[in-house]
Amino acid sequence: MAEETVKGWDTSTMAAMAASDIPDGSYVNLGIGIPELVASYVPEGRELVYHTENGLLGMGPSPAAGEEDHELINAGKKYVTAIPGASYFHHADSFAMIRGGHIDYCILGAFQVSHNGDIANWSTGEKDAIPAVGGAMDLVAGVKNIYVIMQHCTKTGEPKIVENCTYPLTGKNVVKRIYTNYAIIDVTEKGLYVNKLAPGVTFDFLQKNTGAGLHLK
Amino acid sequence: MINKIISSVEVAVRDIPSGATILVSGFGEAGSPVELLHALVDLGPTDLTIISNNTGSGQAGLAALIANHQVRKVICSFPKTSNSVVFPELYRSGKIELELVPQGTLAERIRCGGAGIPAFYTPASVGTPLEEGKETRIFEGRTYVLEYAIRADYALVKCRKADRYGNLVYNKTARNFGPVMCTAASTTIVQASEIVEAGNLDPESIVTPGIFVNRVVEVRNPLDESILIAENRSYPWQKKQ
Repeated sequence: MAEETVKGWDTSTMAAMAASDIPDGSYVNLGIGIPELVASYVPEGRELVYHTENGLLGMGPSPAAGEEDHELINAGKKYVTAIPGASYFHHADSFAMIRGGHIDYCILGAFQVSHNGDIANWSTGEKDAIPAVGGAMDLVAGVKNIYVIMQHCTKTGEPKIVENCTYPLTGKNVVKRIYTNYAIIDVTEKGLYVNKLAPGVTFDFLQKNTGAGLHLK
Repeated sequence: MINKIISSVEVAVRDIPSGATILVSGFGEAGSPVELLHALVDLGPTDLTIISNNTGSGQAGLAALIANHQVRKVICSFPKTSNSVVFPELYRSGKIELELVPQGTLAERIRCGGAGIPAFYTPASVGTPLEEGKETRIFEGRTYVLEYAIRADYALVKCRKADRYGNLVYNKTARNFGPVMCTAASTTIVQASEIVEAGNLDPESIVTPGIFVNRVVEVRNPLDESILIAENRSYPWQKKQ
């Protein structure tokens, strides 16, 4: 169980670290939630182009109050803007960009990630839930680099990084890096490698709160 | 002379029979052909199969058609939104069927349906519950799932501008499924916010060439789903209390 006293990084810091790992000129798709914050922390001098799978390349920030356009939304169905140089396209083209390997990075939230990079982020398998998948399975199957950004444990303290996912999978062997409040962890062919620890987090503490074996770089 | 312009939404949809399979454009509220859907509520065919990314929000548009018990089955990638109330209730009580399809697979199935390609292999959903029962094949060491094309009897699509040939341009992210859906139906019915003279649309900028469209009807100032939700409106319109 997570100890109350160890908080690690806040979500802004997690987002800023993810942002600093994306090279200049990348085409990027951001998932809903913490991933959306990444756009606010892109280091100066770098230009990233945001793709939203409902049909916009060159997505800009939220519009000012009163400037919302009902026909200009993102994949989370929130109002957005288009930057100068943006383009609109239909869904088959949008998913050609995704499956065809044209998008460089996708940063997603997750319920669980396994030791070999399986991801579960579309369903908790609850009996009463309405199943809904959206573009998640296409994104993890097609985007070159899949990064996950999430809290290290659930609200009840259960590890979200596990040996094998117990929730229904979104994709297998797809996640390359995980940013949590406790650490940055790389998913490699040899297993999970700790890339960076948050202040106050020891390797032993991290391992205790992780459901799969970790290695130090 | 070719003239695909129809006088009203009622006339545009009036031959849609019970049991029809219908593609409905839109991603959330953007691009949803609300007025054509309301005309379909008024007409009243039942036992419909609807192919659309979502299942509507609030109590108007696609949600009104479903609430009116006209829909037997939906083929859909994300059958809920923060404001969807109608579909979840019917689904939980077993009164509507759902075929859940990854969003990109849905788009490609429709694209193939319109392009004369019966099936295709995709990497999306491999190793997940949505792959179960489907044929797979390995190409260059990677596993892919066989998915079949979708064709429909009708497509209901919203666009920004059309001409009498059925040439269309869309508006921003309201384009979404419109162009692929136009290609994959026996009869494609389009509501345009404006109908312009032939020659008025730049041939270099036309998104859907008229060959894919059968009927266009002008609906000026189409309704916005989010405004209908904010005002708690349900179709057929209730008198304000």
